Amino acid sequence: MTIFYADAAMGPRVCGEALVAADGFSARYDLDRSRGVFSRPEHKLCGRSYLGRILVLDVAKGGVATAWMLHEMGARCMLPLALVLNRVNPIMVQGAALAGLTLVSGFACDITQRVRSGATVEIDPTAERPFLRIL
Amino acid sequence: MTALSDAMKLSEEEKAMLAGAAGPARQWAIAHQLQVGRYFGARDLVPVAQAHIMADTESLGEAGIAWLEGWAALPQMQRRVRVPTMSDPRGTDFAAAARLKHAPWMIERERRAAAALAALGVLMTDTCITYQTIMPPVFGEHVAYGDTGVVIYCNSVLGARSNFEGGPSALAAALTGRTPRYGYHLDKCRRPSLRIELQWTPRDLNEWGALGGVVGRLAGDYWAVPLIVGVDRAPGSDELKHFGAAAASYGSLALFHIDGVTPETPRLGDAGRLPAHAVGEAEIRAFQRGYGGDGADVVVFAAPQLSLVEMHSLAGLLDGRRARIPLLAITSPQVKPDADRMGLSRRIEEAGGTVLSGMCFYNSYAREMAEANGWHRLATNSAKLVNIIGGYGYRPILLSMAECVDLACGK
Repeated sequence: MTIFYADAAMGPRVCGEALVAADGFSARYDLDRSRGVFSRPEHKLCGRSYLGRILVLDVAKGGVATAWMLHEMGARCMLPLALVLNRVNPIMVQGAALAGLTLVSGFACDITQRVRSGATVEIDPTAERPFLRIL
Repeated sequence: MTALSDAMKLSEEEKAMLAGAAGPARQWAIAHQLQVGRYFGARDLVPVAQAHIMADTESLGEAGIAWLEGWAALPQMQRRVRVPTMSDPRGTDFAAAARLKHAPWMIERERRAAAALAALGVLMTDTCITYQTIMPPVFGEHVAYGDTGVVIYCNSVLGARSNFEGGPSALAAALTGRTPRYGYHLDKCRRPSLRIELQWTPRDLNEWGALGGVVGRLAGDYWAVPLIVGVDRAPGSDELKHFGAAAASYGSLALFHIDGVTPETPRLGDAGRLPAHAVGEAEIRAFQRGYGGDGADVVVFAAPQLSLVEMHSLAGLLDGRRARIPLLAITSPQVKPDADRMGLSRRIEEAGGTVLSGMCFYNSYAREMAEANGWHRLATNSAKLVNIIGGYGYRPILLSMAECVDLACGK
C-alpha cells in the first residue's frame, strides 16, 4: 500500500474508486450536474461520470459558483465521493465545508501522477496527518 | 469550547457567537468560517467593511434556496447582516424573462431567493461591477467579495483585500462582520510570484480579455500573483475589468500587479528574479484563434456586465443597422436607468438588440436557454464568457465588439 500525506483536509473518512486526470476542477465550468458527468469539451474527463468516485485532479479552477453547487449536488445525491487536489482555492474549501464533502489537498508530489484511475483509495481527513492511501 | 475555536484566536464576542448567543444563523456562520480558516491556517478573523454575495438560483438549486429561506425566517435581530452586503447578478431579468424563454419555475426560484436575501438585509444590487457603480472599496480595506471579477479588480486596481468568498462564505462574513484572515488579507500572499513581460499592449477590450486568459493559464492557480511589466499606457477601467475577469476565470487568480499602474507595485521590491514569461501579440492572437468561428446563433455582451461607456460604444456601433440574430446587451440595474435616460437602450433596441439588466448570461440557466431558443454558436467579446459557456453546450466565438456587431448585422 502506498500512502501520501496531505497539508490539509476536511470531511469524513472515505474509501472508493479513483477517477484521475491532470486537469482542473470547477463545478460550473466542467460539469453537467444534472447528468453527473464532465461536460466541458476541453476537459480530460469529458463524458465521464463522477458520481460516487474519488476525483483526483490538479487545481481548483473557475469562479465562486462551486461553493453553492456542491451543496446543491449533495442534496440530489449527485456528488463525487471526495475531491483530491494538488492545490485548492478558497471556493473548494468553502463549498466542501457547506456540503460536508471530503476534501484533501497539498501533497509532496503531483498526486495526479501517482494515482491511477480505477484504483481503490482511502482518504482519512480525521487522522493526525491527513492522508490518501492506495489500497 | 470546541476544537474549532481552539485552532484560531477568538474575541469574547466571537466566542459568544460560536456558542449561539447571537442566534443560530451567526452560530453557523462563525463555525463555517472557523472550518475554512483552519484549513488555510488562519490565526484569527479580520473585520470586513462590505460583503458581496453570489446567489443565482442555478447555483443554489432548490436546496440552497430552502437553506436561505430557513435563515430568513429567523427573528430580525438574528438574521440581519452586520455590514453592507450587495448581491451579484440574478439568474434572470424579471422584465425580460419571457423573451429569454425562462420557464416559470426559474422565475419563481429567483423570486424566492431574492426575497430570502432581502429578508437577511442584503442590498439587491444584482451586479458584478460594484466597483464601477456602487461603492468601490478603498486601499487596504478588508472586504468579503463573492464574484471573482469583483475580487480581482478590487484587490489589484484598488488595493482592497479579499479572498474569493463563495455565496455561503460571503453570507457568513455578512452575518458576523468578519472573515478568516488568510490569503489576500495577508501581506505575504500579495507579493508577485511570476513576471509577465508584455511585448504588445492590447487595444480592444477582447484583446485585454485574451491577455487575461493567457496570463491566467500561465499563472495556473489561485495563489499565483502575476506582475505585468511593459504596458505602454495606463489601461482604463473597462480594459482592466475584462483583463481581470478573464485572468480570474482561466487561472482562478485573485490579484495581479501592473508596473506603473496598480497601487501596490511600488512596494514590490526586486521582482527581477521571478520566473518570467514573455507575452506578445502572437500569444494573444493564438488565444483568440482558439475561439474562432464564422457564424453565430446569438451575440452576447456580458460577463462582466456592461458599463455605461460600453453601452455607449455598442449603441454607436449599432446606429443605422439591424441585427439579424438575437443580440443581448446585459448591464447592471444601476447603469440601465442612465442608459435609458440617455437613449442608449433605445438605440440598441431599435437596431434589434435586447437590453437586459440585473442578470448575467452564463448564470441564467444557459443550458435551458440554449435548448429553448435553439442557440448553439455564441459570439461575444468576453474572454470570460467563452471560457465558461462551452460547458453548457455552446460553441463560443471570441470577437471584438465591432466584429460581433458585424456578425449580428452583416457587413
